[in-house]
Amino acid sequence: MKDTVKQILKQYGSDRNRLMDILIDIQEQLGYIPKDAIDLLAANLGMSQVDVEQTISFYHFFSTKPRGKYAIYLNDSAVARMFGYDSVKRTFESEAGIKFGQVSDDGLIGLFNTACMGMSDQEPAAIINNKVFTRLTPYRVREIVKHMREGKAVEELMNESYGDGKNQLPSLRSIVSSNVRRKGMILGDDYEMGTVTKTRLTKMSPEAVIAEMKHSHIRGRGGAGFPTGLKWEFCRRSKGDKRYVICNADEGEPGTFKDRVILTEKPELVFEGMAVAGYAIGSDEGILYLRYEYRYMKDYLNEVLENMRKQNLLGKEIAGIEGFDFDIRIQYGAGAYVCGEESALLESLEGKRGEPRDKPPFPVEKGYLGMPTIVNNVETFGTAVKIVLNGGEWFTQFGTEDSTGTKILSISGDCMFPGVYEVDWGFNVEDMLDMVGAWEVQAVQVGGPSGTLIGSKEFHRTLGYSDLSTGGSMIIFGPQRNLLKDVVLNFMHFFIEESCGSCSTCRNMTQVMTNKLTKILNGKGVKSDLDDLQSWAKTLQASRCGLGQTAANPIVSSLKNFRHLYEALLQKDKDFDQGFDMEASVQASCNYVGRVPNFNHH
Amino acid sequence: MSNLAKFKIDGVECMAEAGKFIVEAARENGIFIPTLCNMPGVKPQGACRVCTVRINGRLMTACTTPIGDGMEIESNKPDLIDIRKSIVELLFVSGNHFCPACEKSGDCELQALGYLYQMMVPRYPYDFPLREVDASSPYIIKDQNRCIMCKRCIKSVKDEEGRSYFAFHNRGDKLEVVLDKVLGESMDKQTAEKAMESCPVGSILVKEKGFAKPIGTRKFDRKPIGSDVKL
Ligand SMILES: Cc1cc2nc3c(=O)[nH]c(=O)nc-3n(C[C@H](O)[C@H](O)[C@H](O)COP(=O)(O)O)c2cc1C
Ligand code: SF4
Repeated sequence: MKDTVKQILKQYGSDRNRLMDILIDIQEQLGYIPKDAIDLLAANLGMSQVDVEQTISFYHFFSTKPRGKYAIYLNDSAVARMFGYDSVKRTFESEAGIKFGQVSDDGLIGLFNTACMGMSDQEPAAIINNKVFTRLTPYRVREIVKHMREGKAVEELMNESYGDGKNQLPSLRSIVSSNVRRKGMILGDDYEMGTVTKTRLTKMSPEAVIAEMKHSHIRGRGGAGFPTGLKWEFCRRSKGDKRYVICNADEGEPGTFKDRVILTEKPELVFEGMAVAGYAIGSDEGILYLRYEYRYMKDYLNEVLENMRKQNLLGKEIAGIEGFDFDIRIQYGAGAYVCGEESALLESLEGKRGEPRDKPPFPVEKGYLGMPTIVNNVETFGTAVKIVLNGGEWFTQFGTEDSTGTKILSISGDCMFPGVYEVDWGFNVEDMLDMVGAWEVQAVQVGGPSGTLIGSKEFHRTLGYSDLSTGGSMIIFGPQRNLLKDVVLNFMHFFIEESCGSCSTCRNMTQVMTNKLTKILNGKGVKSDLDDLQSWAKTLQASRCGLGQTAANPIVSSLKNFRHLYEALLQKDKDFDQGFDMEASVQASCNYVGRVPNFNHH
Repeated sequence: MSNLAKFKIDGVECMAEAGKFIVEAARENGIFIPTLCNMPGVKPQGACRVCTVRINGRLMTACTTPIGDGMEIESNKPDLIDIRKSIVELLFVSGNHFCPACEKSGDCELQALGYLYQMMVPRYPYDFPLREVDASSPYIIKDQNRCIMCKRCIKSVKDEEGRSYFAFHNRGDKLEVVLDKVLGESMDKQTAEKAMESCPVGSILVKEKGFAKPIGTRKFDRKPIGSDVKL
């Protein structure tokens, strides 16, 4: 054990900023992070043990206890639950003989839940020792567990055909499907890698690249929609010895999976986009921050990077341009939605708990290791290549005035053809539902849990920054779904678990509001509870980052658009109900002393 | 004096060194903005959100936002006061704060803010969470029932090598501030005192010292919090 840890420490130069990589390697090689390893890390990195544990305990995929020879992480998102999570879960439990959250006595199998893992178009899905298994059924589960008992390697458990597209490449070999159902300028196949670097950058100054980006009016594709050209310009102008280009591939918003597909099908485009950005802002180092759920792409993406280096599209004097040095490395998260927030991402990159930073200062001034940094979404970088290829003016012909270009949507839920669709901005919801074969629709969750839940009265609305803004997650719910119980409550639990916990508002209010929602779902609600929910949500606006600021959205938007569902659950004859259940409250003590609760003695 | 910035808080003209954090700048101009997680000499952390103000229509924390020339800050507006009050209430219901039995009563900043905002009863139901008390260190008690996760101890109590005695553990609703086992055992009396002083509530106590100062003579017993700041 000691030698393994020492070896890993050496590999990363005992650099505290690389604590995430160090912990991931330890977790993968030893199956957990033992106490002795923490001692060693603390001693060698000049940290206290609690400080090392601070990082470990923040991330879902780190554990200080063994997680089993086969660690099974089953996705429990709202979409997974729509497509059979329950029966898959039950089968895993009965076959393995343990409950979720446990490891079998022989140390063979560990069962754990995990938040949306970017497979909403092929649920139920699970991660088993970094390999992704999709479209699970009870039969498949029985077979998988049987093979585990026979001691087969994880690769041997994958007896299905590989997914479509590049998922079949030898360096990827994954069951995952890309499900590309509509191609546009980004997912299209008419681009030859390196064209922009070799034929455009050679003739353009960095300022000219930024000018084209600004002219295109492209706004970030990660959700917040900040103008990309401006971000690059701010960063170029910030003082610093070094600048960084970070690609945000954390993709944690439930229901989104398009970054996974872009990175599978068009990784060269994204990496070239990062190089273009590096050229524009004057940076020589890029980092792809990839969520751990996508660890199965590691070898494949490294192969792509190596290939690009061979062609001098990365490395020194790229395309013969004097002084244009740029290379990319991949660093991983370890299971934390909030790390998609750009400043939390930077903290995570520096080996810390993924807690968002206070702004100002913004990352363009003080980012990774305190240096000027741009953080952009996977899709934004891909799009940048096309903008520099064809010019900002060309780009503005797609989409609408305030939302130029195309958007790649991740569509899942109750429809015939879940998958990835590249459409022009300005597409309306009605057309979208017809496009994907959604016949009967009760509601659509636009933009994931942090977005809005809309009903049929709003299906005429269009996708764009001034109407329905979205990072691309679209979840469709048919009439058979219980929106409040299976969707809204699930989303609230997601926020409670994924909050970094730093803000008093986000840490506590999500819980308080969820308790109230649960009270209503239990039939104990009264009308004033709805008013409370509405007014309490306001305090969340005082939270530090977008997670807290939007964490009440599932409740607020369903209250607005599906108020009748709440009203149907309220008690008609009551104005007040504290929601206190005396019988349930005394149950534990009654059990202990062997009494039966009796409240009818008056 | 070219680096002086002029700014306004609720319409009142103020002046301070540009780049100073709003909370400090306001204080210099005799205006009190309440805080819990802020601590002189420590990088502000915007954790409690109690100092929330509004600038250009956006909610910002006054402890982390530097003033700029011409800045117009809203602070004592009814909706902002309600946000602050509701945060204080949230902190009360999400822990177990039984003031009359607490060693820190009268010196506690959370309690003082409760009085300041005339909190009679929180609008939120009590959570009554199950929390533990860690008394393993020879000199201090860490009572999780009262911890408001302000991070003041995490940021300010370090050993000679710069290592933290305290750190966060877990995240979200499971978040805790915990004491390092090894460092906690070798912690000296002076550091223990410092840790207790860093805590705005009664979560870190020096053993056998809780009632050293009689109730009635404590910091906020006679004067409300913020009364040292005068316009
Ligand atoms: C809780 C939270 C999660 C986020 N997750 C992501 C994410 O997974 N991917 C992403 O690109 N942006 C995410 N963002 C937005 C980023 O903070 C940031 O705005 C974005 O990466 C900037 O890139 P863009 O301008 O190209 O969109 C998230 C924001 C918040 C508040
Ligand atoms: S809003 Fe929530 S997730 Fe964001 S910094 Fe605050 S506690 Fe953390």
